[in-house]
Amino acid sequence: MPPRPRVFAIGRELPPRTRAVLTLLSFLLPIVLWALVSYVPWLWHPAIKVASPGDVSWFKAELLVERAVFAEENAKIAATGGRIAEGVRANPVFLPAPHQVARAFWSAFNTAPILRGDLWLHQSLWLSIRTIFWGFAISSLLGVPLGILCGAYPPVSRLAEPVIDFVRYMPAPAFGALAVAVLGIYDAPKIAIIVIGTFFQQVLVIANTVRRHDPALVEAAQTLGARPRQLLLRVIVPSSLVDLYNDQRILLGWAWTYLIVAEVVGVSSGITFFINQQAKYRNFDNVYAAIIIIGVIGLATDQALAFAGNRLFAWRNPRQSRVRAFFGRIFAGRNLVLIGEKPKAESNLRS
Amino acid sequence: MISAPDFSLPDYRVQTAAVAERFRRLKERPVVLDVDHLTREFASNGGTVTALRDISFRVHRREFLCVIGPSGCGKSTLIRIIAGLETPTAGRMLLDGQEVSGPCPDRGMVFQGYTLFPWLTVTRNVMFGLEMKGILRDQAQREALQWIDLVGLTRFKDSYPAQLSGGMKQRTAIARALAAQPRILLMDEPFGALDAQTRAQMQAHLLEIWRNVDVTILFITHDLDEAILLADRILVLKAHPGEIQEIIEVPVPRPRSAAQLNSPEFLATRRRLDELIHPRLTDGSVEKLPIVRLTQAGDDVE
Repeated sequence: MPPRPRVFAIGRELPPRTRAVLTLLSFLLPIVLWALVSYVPWLWHPAIKVASPGDVSWFKAELLVERAVFAEENAKIAATGGRIAEGVRANPVFLPAPHQVARAFWSAFNTAPILRGDLWLHQSLWLSIRTIFWGFAISSLLGVPLGILCGAYPPVSRLAEPVIDFVRYMPAPAFGALAVAVLGIYDAPKIAIIVIGTFFQQVLVIANTVRRHDPALVEAAQTLGARPRQLLLRVIVPSSLVDLYNDQRILLGWAWTYLIVAEVVGVSSGITFFINQQAKYRNFDNVYAAIIIIGVIGLATDQALAFAGNRLFAWRNPRQSRVRAFFGRIFAGRNLVLIGEKPKAESNLRS
Repeated sequence: MISAPDFSLPDYRVQTAAVAERFRRLKERPVVLDVDHLTREFASNGGTVTALRDISFRVHRREFLCVIGPSGCGKSTLIRIIAGLETPTAGRMLLDGQEVSGPCPDRGMVFQGYTLFPWLTVTRNVMFGLEMKGILRDQAQREALQWIDLVGLTRFKDSYPAQLSGGMKQRTAIARALAAQPRILLMDEPFGALDAQTRAQMQAHLLEIWRNVDVTILFITHDLDEAILLADRILVLKAHPGEIQEIIEVPVPRPRSAAQLNSPEFLATRRRLDELIHPRLTDGSVEKLPIVRLTQAGDDVE
């Protein structure tokens, strides 16, 4: 029998099945833990949900009471010979069970806003996504070119990076009051907070990535007659493009982390307002659902971008992708050039 | 390997009439590259290290000149200075009689590490220098395909560098450098990273290309056989500081092939290079490693 392959070998590539199972487990384990705490009555459950109040004057059905308090009150009643209260062990209100949160994914979208003028969940979400989009777009529009210049030209780096390094230690929310004073109370200051939170990191991250370009490629281009502008646009930027793309993915996640603080600036809005409002009404299942939806949106965006990246940078991973093979078959014979690949290559190889 | 001097070999300076005639005609050709008293010093730990001292030589049109020397003799520094990637401390270079400095496509370069642009296909890589000259895309592509054909990579014109073997990568790099139509092609140990078989193939390819393309080649190598097989003349450098030791006119007749590796002229040149690059100790013995025997008695392998 061949020896069992060791799973815990450093740097060993895992078989696809094992990888899929582990990915699934990575999500499943926290959920299982949560379900255990929620459904196994003797695990945690620090409170008692009153079923019948008995003779305890201040107990009511459905009331959550701490276990110690519940026992104390019952002991007092028992001493006087009255009817003792009954109840079941329960978790505090801020930990709803998985099925309640699962239901909330549906119901949160259907819960009409209680106050007139408040927004539905999907409207709140859309507002948040818009804020993120503009914040990240503005930050990237300034930060990416500046970062590239810093990475390529040491004088620009010397001029820009020290002060950026200094500013990035100032927490973005600290600029909240200033942003409101300058930009009003609606969307603009929120977008500004996201820009402030992202931009300074972005310049440094992009500059570092560009600085890591292979100098040998620049030298090769020079001996082929490339001038400084061409070196930047035709060599340094394309050679860093894959890493820049991945940086942008990470920075987008960064922008999301600033969303919640941004949205309490000025008039609270978006998903943050929804979460705060639901917490006020003690609808914690909706709160969890909203938080998880943020995570799902983030993960989905990132995975979509990763997928698009693999397709976009075909030269990094030059095997025929299934998507391109599919389109290749559809458009076979037609003069179609998909990004990063010329379908004619295949026929040439075969002939 | 030649273990002991073989006195039956001719002197490496003896040339047949045909070879001598070839050299006479070669030296009548115009000088393409004139390296004039080149010196390069580096600052190091408060002192200066002289990497190259007073290097002067000339390369004639369509000549194949090899530069060899022990490691640390500054041969890479020399070729990088000629390419314009480093600046000399003193001295100058003339290309076709004009003083030059800084990198320029008239001094094309092929690097040991291929340095292909990984995000471009073979065709687009070869087109790069043409596009830098401002040649329009269609025209550049037509020309690039001719160069790709010349190095025998037509089947792989749409492949990315990551899909190519080392030899194919280096052929692409040669095509890319040639497409920019350099006056002189500088090659910095271009086959150093290839396995022995591929290297032999590439040497034959390069000779074939050189025969058919109007190009002068300055080729750096540390492989003595490679230098003899390829070169018209071999510039031998010595280390610390890097200075010219001798310029050898290779007496092996052309056209060259691997079959000449054991010809008397080849072996004679090889012996001379060995003397220059790996000088024997004064008492004629070979330096031995001070190794203590660590195996059991009777466990001999030789």
